[in-house]
Amino acid sequence: MNKLFGVMALSLLSFALMPLTATAAGGEVKLQQANVDLSNNAAIQRGAKYFVNYCMGCHSAQYVRYKLFTEVGLTEDDIEDNLIFTDGKVGGLMKIAMPEDDAARWFGAAAPDLTLTARIKHGGADWIYSYLKGFYTDPSRPLGVNNTVFANVGMPHVLWRLQGIQDPVYKYEVHHEGHTVASFDNEAEAEAYAKERGETYRLERVVDRLELVQPGSMTPLEYDQVARDLATFLTFIAEPMKLERQRIGVWVLLFLIVFTVLAYFMKKEWWKDVH
Amino acid sequence: MSLMTWIDDRFPATKVWNEHLAQYYAPKNMNFWYFFGSLAMLVLVNQIVTGVWLAMMYKPSAADAFASVEYIMRDVDYGWLIRYMHSTGASAFFLVVYFHMFRALIYGSYQKPRELLWIIGVLIYLAMMATAFMGYLLPWGQMSYWGAQVIVNLFAAFPFGIGEPLSIWIRGDYVISDATLNRFFALHFLLPFVLAALVFLHIVALHKVGSNNPDGVDIKKVKDENGIPRDGIAFHPYYTVKDSVGVGVFLIFFTGVIFFWPDFGGLFLEPPNFEPANPLKTPEHIAPVWYFTPFYAMLRAVPPMFSSQFPGVIVMFAAILILFFVPWLDRSPVKSIRYKGMLSKIAIAIFVVTFVVLAWLGMQSSTPAKTLLAQIFTAIYFAFFLLMPFYTKMEKTKPVPERVTS
Repeated sequence: MNKLFGVMALSLLSFALMPLTATAAGGEVKLQQANVDLSNNAAIQRGAKYFVNYCMGCHSAQYVRYKLFTEVGLTEDDIEDNLIFTDGKVGGLMKIAMPEDDAARWFGAAAPDLTLTARIKHGGADWIYSYLKGFYTDPSRPLGVNNTVFANVGMPHVLWRLQGIQDPVYKYEVHHEGHTVASFDNEAEAEAYAKERGETYRLERVVDRLELVQPGSMTPLEYDQVARDLATFLTFIAEPMKLERQRIGVWVLLFLIVFTVLAYFMKKEWWKDVH
Repeated sequence: MSLMTWIDDRFPATKVWNEHLAQYYAPKNMNFWYFFGSLAMLVLVNQIVTGVWLAMMYKPSAADAFASVEYIMRDVDYGWLIRYMHSTGASAFFLVVYFHMFRALIYGSYQKPRELLWIIGVLIYLAMMATAFMGYLLPWGQMSYWGAQVIVNLFAAFPFGIGEPLSIWIRGDYVISDATLNRFFALHFLLPFVLAALVFLHIVALHKVGSNNPDGVDIKKVKDENGIPRDGIAFHPYYTVKDSVGVGVFLIFFTGVIFFWPDFGGLFLEPPNFEPANPLKTPEHIAPVWYFTPFYAMLRAVPPMFSSQFPGVIVMFAAILILFFVPWLDRSPVKSIRYKGMLSKIAIAIFVVTFVVLAWLGMQSSTPAKTLLAQIFTAIYFAFFLLMPFYTKMEKTKPVPERVTS
């Protein structure tokens, strides 16, 4: 009997474990590991520098105050001299001057605010890291570039001078009833394979990897670091209190464990004459 | 004359204390499943207190709502903590209430004379659902907006030409808008006090009939020379001190989530909700929060009939309303699952699995296979209740002891 209840309790508890199954599906694009470290103030500072220089022309971070960066080791003067290029104040929000209507006319859609990108995108920092490394030339797109993790993106590759230009290396997959049954480097071979098997076999061209065809001002390793710094920065501004909450959480849990142990012994003491 | 006498002459403080705590006799064999009632009250208090503080900083307008939540998260001292306590509290509330309801189901705590107690409980559950639904709109994120859009549109499915006007009346507009947000905020602030009043009535009813127990034995049948049930112990201090342990364990889990995993893998705080509501951009996949998904799965399981979603809406509401009838559906001569027959045990086990599977299905995008699965489990969900009069009556029960077992 008790076993049966145990099973029931477990199945109720399995509610709690469901996010694992709920988020496991979807997001077929493989993301690269960013390995961001939120305690690395230097990375966040560098990320802030890249952000205000390269991103903030179009993207705001309008829920963040410049003052936030005093928490990662900058002084208010540092911030004023190095991060604020507008008429913004240290205590002000990181807004931009570009009107949304103009942005929509120029790019098809206004550039989204980036404050919470790390919490919106599946994969968070890894998504941002992969996105920044994922631009490749695609003449079919209006701005000549496409992206491996954000198909048909409307944004130009603003960091191309740093990274250089990447060309896609395609592979050709043969799909049948929703499954990939074969993969070829050569289009003709894939076509022949699909034709041989009939009409239900479809060919799809996918980007296998990217190849640097024109180097930028940085080496690939240096550029990876830029992408990682920006990913760290965006993760930080998405939830600036993350490290603080974890630090406080440890003390809260320690207190509650002591409380619970004491409560347990108090209960035992009170209940010892209940039979 | 002591201060207490002075008060007692004017207000029944000592009387209430004794009748409801110090001399309220609860069965001594209440087990693990009996922690969740007091925990639900704790979470309700948490929701009201954190909610009032959030309301001091929150702005219920379409233009400012999203930004004001981020303001709370970033600029208000410990605003993030208050907000996470509230968002985690919403899920915790449903979790403990589901455990509490499960307890009532397995130990027959709805049976005579506890029918009203159970009915008030179901009303509490309804009030909770309404409160949670309206509260979910307030952050004004994408999922807030589109979730509310989908649910309010359900009312538009009502036939006889009342559906459309009804949904417009609820929204105050043709779409979810500033007007909707404003009224949902007003109601989200009001309903918890209705909830608190219902909880009060729930306890009044409980203390009239006394607590049930895992054996389903009426402890008032065997009393000692002072008229105190021999199997009863005073709620205070015995259960106050026991519940303190439960509170401690619960808070370890609760604060563990708040401080280390507040979005809970996208289940408590959904990623699309970090994007401000955009009436022109429908998210790829709209799903309600986890505690509503069993009912959402049932809604989707029913195919439109006569080009109307209404049958699905009926099924969804019926799934909740059928709970009101449980006291009369159970025809067993015994209360507790311990003394019921095999059929009842199998039925409740299948029911738990069904509820969990439906919850899971409600989170997924629908495919033909999943819709079929949802239809099967919807049928099982209703079968559990509708067949209850038969399987509880025909099975052989075990003899119930005179006194509680330990």
